[in-house]
Amino acid sequence: MKMNGANALIQSLVDQGVDMVFGIPGGVMIPIYDALYGREDLKNMLMRHEQGAGHAADGYARATGKVGVCFATSGPGATNLVTGLANAHMDSIPVLAVTGQVRTTSLGKDAFQEADTFGITMPVTKHNFLVSDVNDVPRTIAEAMYIAQTGRPGPVLVDVPMDVSLAEVDYQPITEVKMRSYSPHIDIDEAMVEQAAALINEAKRPVLYVGGGVITSGANEELTRLSEKTHILVTNTLLGKGAISEYHPHSLGMLGMHGTAYANHAVNECDLLIAVGARFDDRVTGKLAAFAQRAKVIHIDIDPAEIDKTVQTTVPVLGDCKEALAMLVEKVQPREETDWNKKIMQWKREFALQCPANEGALQPQCVIAKISDMTKGEAIVVTDVGQNQMFSALYYSTTKPRRWLSSGGLGTMGYGFPASIGAQVGRPDLPVFCICGDGGFQMTLQELAAAVEHKLPIKIILLNNQYLGMVRQWQELFWNGRYSGVDISVQPDFKMLAEAYGAEGMRVKHPDEVDGALARAMEINDRPTLIDFQINPQENVFPMIPAGQSIEEMMVNRPKGS
Amino acid sequence: MPKLMQHTITVLVDNKPGVLARISGLFARRGFNIESLAVSITDDPTVSRMTIVASGDDSTLDQINKQTSKLIDVIKLVDYSQIPIIERELALIKVKAEPVHRAEIMQIVDIFRAKIIDISVTSFTIEVTGGLDKVDAIENLLRPYGIMEVVRTGKIAMARGAHTAI
Ligand SMILES: Cc1ncc(C[n+]2csc(CCOP(=O)(O)OP(=O)(O)O)c2C)c(N)n1
Ligand SMILES: [Mg+2]
Repeated sequence: MKMNGANALIQSLVDQGVDMVFGIPGGVMIPIYDALYGREDLKNMLMRHEQGAGHAADGYARATGKVGVCFATSGPGATNLVTGLANAHMDSIPVLAVTGQVRTTSLGKDAFQEADTFGITMPVTKHNFLVSDVNDVPRTIAEAMYIAQTGRPGPVLVDVPMDVSLAEVDYQPITEVKMRSYSPHIDIDEAMVEQAAALINEAKRPVLYVGGGVITSGANEELTRLSEKTHILVTNTLLGKGAISEYHPHSLGMLGMHGTAYANHAVNECDLLIAVGARFDDRVTGKLAAFAQRAKVIHIDIDPAEIDKTVQTTVPVLGDCKEALAMLVEKVQPREETDWNKKIMQWKREFALQCPANEGALQPQCVIAKISDMTKGEAIVVTDVGQNQMFSALYYSTTKPRRWLSSGGLGTMGYGFPASIGAQVGRPDLPVFCICGDGGFQMTLQELAAAVEHKLPIKIILLNNQYLGMVRQWQELFWNGRYSGVDISVQPDFKMLAEAYGAEGMRVKHPDEVDGALARAMEINDRPTLIDFQINPQENVFPMIPAGQSIEEMMVNRPKGS
Repeated sequence: MPKLMQHTITVLVDNKPGVLARISGLFARRGFNIESLAVSITDDPTVSRMTIVASGDDSTLDQINKQTSKLIDVIKLVDYSQIPIIERELALIKVKAEPVHRAEIMQIVDIFRAKIIDISVTSFTIEVTGGLDKVDAIENLLRPYGIMEVVRTGKIAMARGAHTAI
């Protein structure tokens, strides 16, 4: 069928199963937005900033497992997308970005709103394309979607010059993608799985350390079965929350810089670390030389480049986590609880997380724990970055995969709210809580307009400490309390701000108001609700292992005298 | 300090715009050292071939192979550190050639089976092909006469025998 490039692009997306994009048009995107006009099978959610579009696509992808798609115009539209792409890249999230570009004849001439999008986004995407011939449009979109969601997923950008959008093409749907330079499937080497099973059978003090790869590959059931068959306890990374229910007695919660003391003790003393879909990030390992020093390492991952990147592996198992774990479960011997289990359970009791006494001041931990209890850990929780993120990671118990969305690798303030929009669009059936700080929320709060427009009942839990809290915490603990550049007490009245956008606004100052406010938020289902929780500004996140240090330096609670 | 090794890889890539930027960007971003890089198309015009000499410790070299292979445009990466190869580099060396030195320089050129391909009243331009050591050696021998300019192609390599990279 004959059509222009813009229509071919939209039709290609529809043929690929895309029904929702997040974006903002501009001069060179008008043909593409025109092709969207009146279409029922592909809707644009109009965002208010392209960064929001990128994060919304990311949140949609994390919550649904499908590719999240975002659109932006050339030049400033594309540069505004960069943070969203870098964020998705660091966390291996399948996102497709389509950007408009100046005409091919103007490329490289400093045309109006020209930016080298292809060059700028190369290091923050899994792959990118600049389409120079309209006949390549359908195949490029098919390849981009394929690359984004196969192997180790990631963001892919397609840059489309205006004249390509306008040129005519005879559209033929692409039904199969085959690329000679990209074959993501890895056949798992059974011998390696057998070696891994042997190590597990021999180990006296094994621990499972699981990351985002378990969520991506949908390996949560296999993981839980492995843990139950062998009684090996499981610690998860920030992105691995939901890989095993954190209410499961085998769950040790998160490890690392702000991990639980018991998870960190277990990893420190284990003799076998079984890493699944995790990449030994420095926020997990701290000082590498001191990390799991006594342990042999099994590393199950789909990306060969992660093997031996930071930690030497004893037995690598290359391939999809779900397939690998399914094989491994069959091959390992069952085992009962051992003294090692008892030892860890002892730590778990000794170092159990506790909500600090409220004593009049509202404590963020208590707010999060309330939400966890109230939702039984089954809601979708999207966090921003900072103390709010780490309080949530510690005090919210995630029970299922794809219900915990957080910016891990890039640590992007401003991620939470737009990502929660994507999550709510993708999962209208689930309550979505956006837990954010007063700093990060102000970086992308303009998306309130988009959320109100689409009647999204997102519950915005603003942990308002009037500070860039996480930075303030570091300054308190490591920089002699020299609070430089962290006071954000000049801020809007967030309740009125929410109302100004047409959302519901509430303010909570006292611990005894928390339940009522949350209950009310749960009842509102036709617009976002923002609750401004005015929390204790001095509260810090513990446990904490200072950056680059080891468990020896772990502060389980606030150090005495401060 | 872990030992720095030199390491020759051949990378077959889709002959597409931007592919060189992808490779050089990857090396720059991850702090990998490129000693030399030679690129050209192959008998298949849709495929380009790069010969890269990189240096680093073992784990860096391992990462170079893995991260480079991961690039979507990379069709195949062959690591030449474990197999016997033929390696060649071509250099053009412009050297001062005063009448009193001409005979000596011509002798050096002969011994290295190099060629004088251009001549002026005061200079020779010499073409030499060979392994890196040979090119280094002739350059060193010519240095006392006054090297005016050198250009080297960077190493290209192929496996010995009937093995092919493709
Ligand atoms: C875009 C961006 N800028 C700066 C930072 C550095 N940073 C990390 S946490 C933090 C403070 C966050 O403050 P707030 O959003 O109020 O959250 P809190 O820590 O107080 O919960 C800052 C500035 C970042 N992670 N991202
Ligand atoms: Mg704050």
